[in-house]
Order: sequence, then C-alpha cells, then structure tokens
Amino acid sequence: MDKIIEGKKITVNEEGFLKDFSEWDKSVAEAIAAEEEIVLTPRHWEVLEYLQEQHKSEVALSIRRIGKSGVLDIKEFYQLFPKAPLKTATKIAGIPKPASCI
Amino acid sequence: MKDSNGAIKRMMIILSKGTLENVYAAFVLANGARMEGIDAEIFFTFFGLEAVHKKKLDHLHVATVGNPAMHIPTMLGGLPGMEALASTMMKKEMEKIDMPDVPEFLEILTASGVKLWACKLAMDMFHYTKDDLYEGVEDVITVGDYYNKSAGEGVHMLFI
Repeated sequence: MDKIIEGKKITVNEEGFLKDFSEWDKSVAEAIAAEEEIVLTPRHWEVLEYLQEQHKSEVALSIRRIGKSGVLDIKEFYQLFPKAPLKTATKIAGIPKPASCI
Repeated sequence: MKDSNGAIKRMMIILSKGTLENVYAAFVLANGARMEGIDAEIFFTFFGLEAVHKKKLDHLHVATVGNPAMHIPTMLGGLPGMEALASTMMKKEMEKIDMPDVPEFLEILTASGVKLWACKLAMDMFHYTKDDLYEGVEDVITVGDYYNKSAGEGVHMLFI
C-alpha cells in the first residue's frame, strides 16, 4: 500500500505501519501523528527516539519494558499516546508493530 | 452497529476465581484491551478477590487438582507442597516470557487506566474491608452497580 506524505511516496502495511524505515523522517512522523490526532511535543520525540533505539538494538517492546525504561512510566505513556500507546507510538516512530500481549 | 461497525469499546471483566492461571487470564485480557485502545474494568468477586487482597495477592497458586491440562495425576496433585511447587515452576516460566508477577501486573493495570472494583457481597462474606484491598481498587460496589457501569455501545462482558 502506498501513501503520499509531503509529496513523498511511503510504503505502509494494511495497518499503516511503515515497511521501510529508510522512508521515515520527522515530517512523516508528524503526518502519521496528525492522523492519530496527536500533536508531537519535545517529550513525544524523546519517547519516539527511545523506541527507535530499542528497535535498532532488537529489544522486543512491551508495555512492561516501557515501565522499566527509566525514560517514562506507563501512566505518562498513556497520556502522551492515549489510544493504544505502544501501537500508535511505534507507528509514528516508523518501526514495526510489537507482537506483544503485555 | 451503524457507527461503531461492531468494534469493541470496553471490556467489563468479572473475575470469580483466585487461581493464578485465571487471575493472569483476566489481567492479560484487561491489559491487552488497553493496549488496543479499548477501555477495561475488572470486577473481583468471590475467590477473585484474592487477586486484590494485599496479604494474599502475592501468594496465589495454580490448581494442581481437577486440572487435566496440568498432566499431574489427581492423587499426586493433592500431595502437600504440590501446588507450591507447580506455582513456583509456572512463575519461573512466566518471568522468562516477560510476564510480570501479580503485584507488578496490578501496577501496570492501574497505570494503564484499568478500573478495579470489589464485589460487596463477597467482601461481606469473607469479612474483608476496603483496607484489606490493594490501594488501586476504586471502590466496593454491588453487582447492580457494575451492570450500570457497563451501559453503552460496544461494551462486552466476560466472566472468568
């Protein structure tokens, strides 16, 4: 599935997750965030960068890991990304949806 | 169904059992709902209250008797220490797959916005007071209160 963001063609899966991280940049993140009705603040960016780092080091992401990250607690995670935080945040960060139940 | 397309908006879970496997089932379902942007609440009744009883919640066991899926002969399952042994083994396996223990899971649930309620009738029956319960429990309510809280479109009830 292709999607045009800021004039650039981006390939996403049926749930809207980027298929290729090299197509990701901050304007792509902002466009996906806008679709999720989120305005990205500096705090959001810190969390997105953390998620990208974790993904790069091949750490499986879960709500529990977020709580233990030292970056933010679970409550704040739900405040920043109120609807399905892990799913929404990873989508904005341009990384795959975590296959976690916890 | 016209606007919601049948989507689940809120899970109203009733936990009536205090065995580890049932408590985890309720917790995973509630947490999994929140992770998908679905609201979730849990009503703890009868033995389910043990999961939010301060002194008991960290000492829950799996049932080794009357559970064919455990593959322990019933006679052996009833021997002293079997439940504790099976529970310790199960907890070790849970930790391996990054599953939190009951106290930590309760923290995760409340931080995720899951509402916890205790059943008044069961509280009276076991002579528990609100002070006996985990502080994240919102209130002690009746089954009627819980039904009233369950009103709305896309609300599903689940009995465990």
